[in-house]
Parts: sequence; structure tokens; C-alpha cells
Amino acid sequence: MTLKKHTGKKNKIKIIKSGLKYTQDIQIKGSFIVIEGPDASGRSTQIQKITTKLEAEGHAVINAGLGRSDLVSKGIKEAKRNFLLGKRTMALYYAADFADQIENKIIPALKAGFIVISDRYIYTPIARSSVRGINRNWLHNLFSFAIKPDMVFYLDVDSYNLINRVFQKKYSLDYYESGVDLGISNDIYDSFIKYQYALKKEFEKMRSRYSLIDIDGNKNIDEVFQQIQTKIDDFLTLDNKETMIK
Amino acid sequence: MVKDNTYYKTEVFSLHFSNRYKTKDRKDFGILIVVEGIDGSGKSTQIRLLDKWLRLKEYNVFFTEWNSSASVKEITSKGKRKAILTPTIFSLLHATDFADRYERNIYPLLRAGYIVLADRYIYTALARDTVRGCDKKWVENVYNYAIKPDIVFYFQIPIETAVDRIISGRPKLKHYEAGMDLNISKDEFESYRIFQGRITDQYESMIDSQNFTVIDATMDIEKQQNITRKHILKILNNKKSG
Repeated sequence: MTLKKHTGKKNKIKIIKSGLKYTQDIQIKGSFIVIEGPDASGRSTQIQKITTKLEAEGHAVINAGLGRSDLVSKGIKEAKRNFLLGKRTMALYYAADFADQIENKIIPALKAGFIVISDRYIYTPIARSSVRGINRNWLHNLFSFAIKPDMVFYLDVDSYNLINRVFQKKYSLDYYESGVDLGISNDIYDSFIKYQYALKKEFEKMRSRYSLIDIDGNKNIDEVFQQIQTKIDDFLTLDNKETMIK
Repeated sequence: MVKDNTYYKTEVFSLHFSNRYKTKDRKDFGILIVVEGIDGSGKSTQIRLLDKWLRLKEYNVFFTEWNSSASVKEITSKGKRKAILTPTIFSLLHATDFADRYERNIYPLLRAGYIVLADRYIYTALARDTVRGCDKKWVENVYNYAIKPDIVFYFQIPIETAVDRIISGRPKLKHYEAGMDLNISKDEFESYRIFQGRITDQYESMIDSQNFTVIDATMDIEKQQNITRKHILKILNNKKSG
């Protein structure tokens, strides 16, 4: 690889739409990468591998993710346990969750030149809420305050494959991840397949709007990593990142 | 192995819960009464009196106030303590609080025919969040699912009068209450005055578009109460005659 001259050029932060107009002119140096995909799709494994590789290459990496706001996450967990939360309330909780992470963690990190890797982003709550009957336009608008990531990978895994992976992990299906609250089927297995299929359809609908990059998650860990890593490498080269000594 | 598409044909989307049918037009649908106005306008006093009165008349009444959902309140207080609430986070936490009360109480109770009394409704968010710098269209969208009240009483008051009522005898104002996060002024009382003034401007701009019933909040408490009661009696009678 040839050594590229580091231009020191700063990128303007990208905003999906209105919302946070007061952050529109912030200059950033870092990059923002998102990994989306259902439970057991291999997200955390891939994030670990990407993080290790980027750090070995000399980049500073920080993680964010769904339900990781210091301010809101405990509240979401408690609310889920103690109260039956409404569908809209849930969507708004996750919006607050990301608003806190974006403004108090992601933007400061991007300013400082970090690579931020988020384990799921606004797309999961949009898909989940939409399947539960909340109007899509309302959801897109609600989350329009969010900053636009540089790359969003969606790990696409066949529902039957997914269920086998879940069983390998913990021998049982999770209530929410199976969409049991939707009352699609009395059978949790059926419910899981149908719910995951409905979510997959929602992600398909978002693909072009949010430039999601589909990754075939049915392949083995290394093949999936290879696909993601190549794309990240290409992007970082284009992004005028300094090439590090290996 | 069974192919995925045997399931694909199942119409999962038919399960969408539809709130679209107009329950509001039903005769046995409840009544939503809202009071709005800046701090110190006396609206809470007025709605408490309405609450007593309607209960005495043996109506099923439910009273709800801004920022009171148990699950969200704690988060908001924590954020206030740590002073890490940006306008968007602030706005979303209030929106979550509202949605929680709406989905849990307000909407189901209205469907059951209750009179719901709301001390502040979506107009508070439209006014405050806009002043804090959120995009107005965005805030309007966040609340666009909320049912339109049968009546919104707007307690109109000169800023100085309201501000005097709040700050007299108080050595200190709270950070967010005074709008210190807006960086208008280093002096919190000065900041509070300007903040309340801007919220008033927002309220005033909504009088016609949102169909507010304006109450002169400088009048005697009893007189204001009588005017609001007259309006409510009219709504109750209309409902009866259907």
C-alpha cells in the first residue's frame, strides 16, 4: 500500500434532516460505522474483530449501541420490567437513548478523531416500531435528529439459520426478539420466524433511504469479516486517513 | 427444510393495530380539557378547582400533569442533576413522558368516557422546545398522534406579573427552569424573564391556529373559574344532546 499524505482535511458532520440544527456546522475528523442485524446475526463478533483490527492499525475506536446511553438505558430496562410500555413510548425511549449517545458521546468522539462503531443504530427501533404498527413517516421524522453514519452494514441472515444460531447460543427464544407481544402466533417458533421476516422487510424498505450495505450473514465468521473489512479499508483510504506503519 | 417463503405469504402486517377509526366522534367518548400558560399564570390553581367541581358533580375524572410519568421522571431528574440535557434530549424525554401517559392513561380513559384534565399538553412542548432551538416541524411531528382537545384554556398574563409570582421569596431558580441552558444571560433572573417572554411569544402565535380559549389571568380567581366552568358546561351539554 502506498503511503498517502494526510491532508488534515476536516469533514462536515452529516445530518439526515432537521432536528439538531445546532450541530449542523460541527467539524469532525473521525468516522462513524454502524453494524445492524438481528440477534445472533453475529454483530458482536464482527464488532470485536473490526475493533481489534482498527486498533492494531493505529486507529482509536469507541463503541456505542442500542440501549447504551448512560442516562436512559437503566430507565428503559426498569420500565420494561416494571411497567407494560406502550409501543410509541418505547420508540421515544430509544430516540432519547440515541440522542444522548449522539450528543454526549458520538459527536465529541468524532470531533476528537475517533472511529465510532455502533452496535445497532436508529434503524432497529424504526423497524421494530414499524412492525408494531407505528407510522413509518412518523418514525423517520422522529429519528431525523440523528447524524448520518459513514457506513451502515446490515447482516442479513436467513430466519431459519438465525433460529438455529439462537438455539446454539441459549437453547430458548427471547420473548421480545420473537415478537410474542405482537400476538402473531401462539407458537413461539412460528412467531420468531414471522417476526424476524417482518423486520427483514422493514430493513429492505430502509435500504436505499439510509444507504444500508447488505452483508450476507449466512456465511462463516471470517468470510463475513472479509466482506466488511474490505469495505471499511476502502472507505478509510478514501477518507484521507493517514496510512499507518504495519 | 421448509422454505422461507411458506411463511412469507402470511400477512403479518394485517396485525397492525389501527387507531384510525374515529372513536372521537362517538357519543360515549370522553372529554379532554387542557390548560396552558407560562409558570405563574395560575392555570394549575384553575384546573385543580375544575377537578374538584367535576368530581362533585360525579363525573369520572382523570387528572394528568406534565412530566409526571413515573418511569421517565427519574431519568429527567438525573439528566437535570448532571446538566447533560441538550435541547433534543430534553425534548425527547418530555415526549417519552407524554407518550407514556397518553398510551397508558389519557387515550384509554377517553375511550372509556372519562373527562381528562391535562395540566399542560402538547402545546407546552411546541412552545418550549422551539424556544430551546428544536425544529418546530420536527416537534410537531413528534406529537402529531395526540388527539385534539375539546378545549384548550390559555391563561394569558403579562410576563412581569407571572415572573413576580414565581420569583418573589425565592433566592434561587433551578438551572433549566431559568432557561440557563440557553445561555441568554449570566443572571438567572434575567434569563428566566427572557425565557418566559419567548415562551409567551410562542403561545401567542398559537392562539388562532390551535384554537385556544383565552382567559385573562389577571382577573380574580373566582371570576376565571366561572368563565372556564361556563365553557365546560357548554361542552357537557353538547355531548349530552349529541
